[in-house]
Amino acid sequence: MWAVFWCVLKRDLLLAMRRRTDVLTTLFFFMIVVSLFPLGVGTERQVLQILGPGVVWVAALLASMLALERLFAADYEDGTLEQMLLTAQPLSLLVLAKVGAHWLLTGLPLVLIAPLVGMQYHLSDAQIGIMMLSLLLGTPILSLIGAIGAALTLGLRGGGILLSLLILPLYIPVLVYGSGAIEVSVIDLSDTMPYLSLLGAFLLAALTLAPLASAAALKISLE
Amino acid sequence: MLEVIGLECRRGDRRLFSGLDLALEPGTLLHVRGRNGSGKTTLLRTLCGLFTPDAGEVRWRGESIRALAEDYRRELLYFGHLNGIKSDLTGIENLSIAARLDGDPVGIDDVWQALARIGLRGFEDLPTRMLSQGQKKRVALARLILSRAKLWVLDEPFTALDVEAVALLQGLIADHVAGGGLAVLTTHQEVPLTSGQVARLDLGD
Amino acid sequence: MTLNWFKFASPATFYPLAGRLTRPFWILTGVLLVIGLYWGFFQTADQLGGSNPQKEYYRIIFIHVPAAWMSMWLYIVLVFWAAIGLVFNTRLSFMMANAVAPTGAVFTFLALWTGAFWGRPSWGTYWDWDPRLTSELVLFFLYIGYMALHSAIDDTRRADRASALLALVGLVMVPVIYWSINCPDPTQCAALHQRSGLGKIESNILFSMLTMTLAFWMYSFATSFMRLRSIILTREAEASWVQELLNREHSR
Repeated sequence: MWAVFWCVLKRDLLLAMRRRTDVLTTLFFFMIVVSLFPLGVGTERQVLQILGPGVVWVAALLASMLALERLFAADYEDGTLEQMLLTAQPLSLLVLAKVGAHWLLTGLPLVLIAPLVGMQYHLSDAQIGIMMLSLLLGTPILSLIGAIGAALTLGLRGGGILLSLLILPLYIPVLVYGSGAIEVSVIDLSDTMPYLSLLGAFLLAALTLAPLASAAALKISLE
Repeated sequence: MLEVIGLECRRGDRRLFSGLDLALEPGTLLHVRGRNGSGKTTLLRTLCGLFTPDAGEVRWRGESIRALAEDYRRELLYFGHLNGIKSDLTGIENLSIAARLDGDPVGIDDVWQALARIGLRGFEDLPTRMLSQGQKKRVALARLILSRAKLWVLDEPFTALDVEAVALLQGLIADHVAGGGLAVLTTHQEVPLTSGQVARLDLGD
Repeated sequence: MTLNWFKFASPATFYPLAGRLTRPFWILTGVLLVIGLYWGFFQTADQLGGSNPQKEYYRIIFIHVPAAWMSMWLYIVLVFWAAIGLVFNTRLSFMMANAVAPTGAVFTFLALWTGAFWGRPSWGTYWDWDPRLTSELVLFFLYIGYMALHSAIDDTRRADRASALLALVGLVMVPVIYWSINCPDPTQCAALHQRSGLGKIESNILFSMLTMTLAFWMYSFATSFMRLRSIILTREAEASWVQELLNREHSR
């Protein structure tokens, strides 16, 4: 079973390597959004420190939205997705592999670029550490939940906008606790534990439930 | 072996067909005929389990294909309007991945041989986006050579193929059926295969 | 005697039934609204009693609270029909879910609107990120998402199933979202602006609130059935019974 998982994961990574620009656009989008905020609200140090956690997470939400639109679209257009529905494998496993590859390409880079953003917003080293940790736990949830929306809006006109409308409200818990963790880390690092463990719990729940929902959504969309 | 009982399918709010019964034994080739929009593709997709019928069911070896799920899909090969190959991957990569997902991984040598047999010698490790329309279709059809599926469901397999490829494909289907396999196909082209000894189903009035 | 429930699952039998029920539901809506509003405006105290010294404007709760209740109930009703549709593959259930959604959205909007009017004199601002109103806003987004997805898909069958699945996912997420808005700090939940318990409320106030809720229920039935009838007609346009019905209307 894991052989199949790896097979799909490697396939998607290979495909992405042959089209590198797609990967970089998400990362640059994130960077641009984050860099625009100081220009809008002013570059005062205190303001930026307060806004930083929220801005980072909202930007991550938007970047994940942007990237998700393409999660199933290419496979849908050339018929490989249809073939995946007909393979002798549980569809949710294939979905999980695709989401995994997608996160490695669009979520993980955000985690890795986070220190740079932290410096833009004058966050302390400890805060940057917490920020990376919360992004590491949170961005996979975004990909998992977003995959449901991506599957539902597959092949629709204006699917991208619709996807945001459907999925962004569902991102609220991740936003609240993700940015919350960074905020409280100013006072005491140990305070962040409840936030991070909640994010971890969400991640586990999303890992088990979201692929099932996405698989059901794909079946509906491909009828 | 493949049974269809009281099948009814709708597209949107339009009823395509209802009360459809069928029973196919091993070694049968079923030719589904009908004008455009009569529900041929929908029927084929229903047979694959891609489309949920509004009434009735499809059975394989006496059991509902919904219940069988993966066990049914292991024995099934569907060839639809879309080729189902990635244009950024080579023919070799496409076929190896497809075989792995189908649950019976094949050796790399078999893949090379299959591509040679389908007439793509020398094109094996080019990204398929470099190939012509007909060649892409051939890559997709090479799956028929590699597959061990018992039931082939082929939706318009002959379009965009040249004379030589059409002949080759007919040979493949004939061999499959002669070997005790089942095949269901639609085609608008008259080919010798479908004018011979085959079961026919006419959809629409 | 066994009652055949699936008989009413057919649009052809349900269409006339819904038609007969619409008028009584409208009448009940009117009567209950008059009673509820009269009682709320003239038979209750000028101020909320006890430790809650709110002035005349508190009467807005006779619309606000029932509307908020209804918005949540109707979402559950919507998900119920959506789930039935997904499991039993009955077209009428999807149509029910579809017919309920706009009414639910209207109540959500009403709750938000009256909430803002409550907030102005009470907290000095129209919008204060009160956890409950924020949750209501999210619920509003869920309704909008459901309707937007349904209308974006041309194939009614896919539209029905896709939006039903979305509604189900929404229902699973609602408690988590609600909780995260109420408790942004997981160790201690934020204090709500308004704490309530039905027991503490004066019986007059409770009476008119419940009457209004009942009126809103009747209104929901009436509008849903009306909408359902038009959905049935458009979707079953080619069915023989609809043709017969149209012919009868014509000859009349």
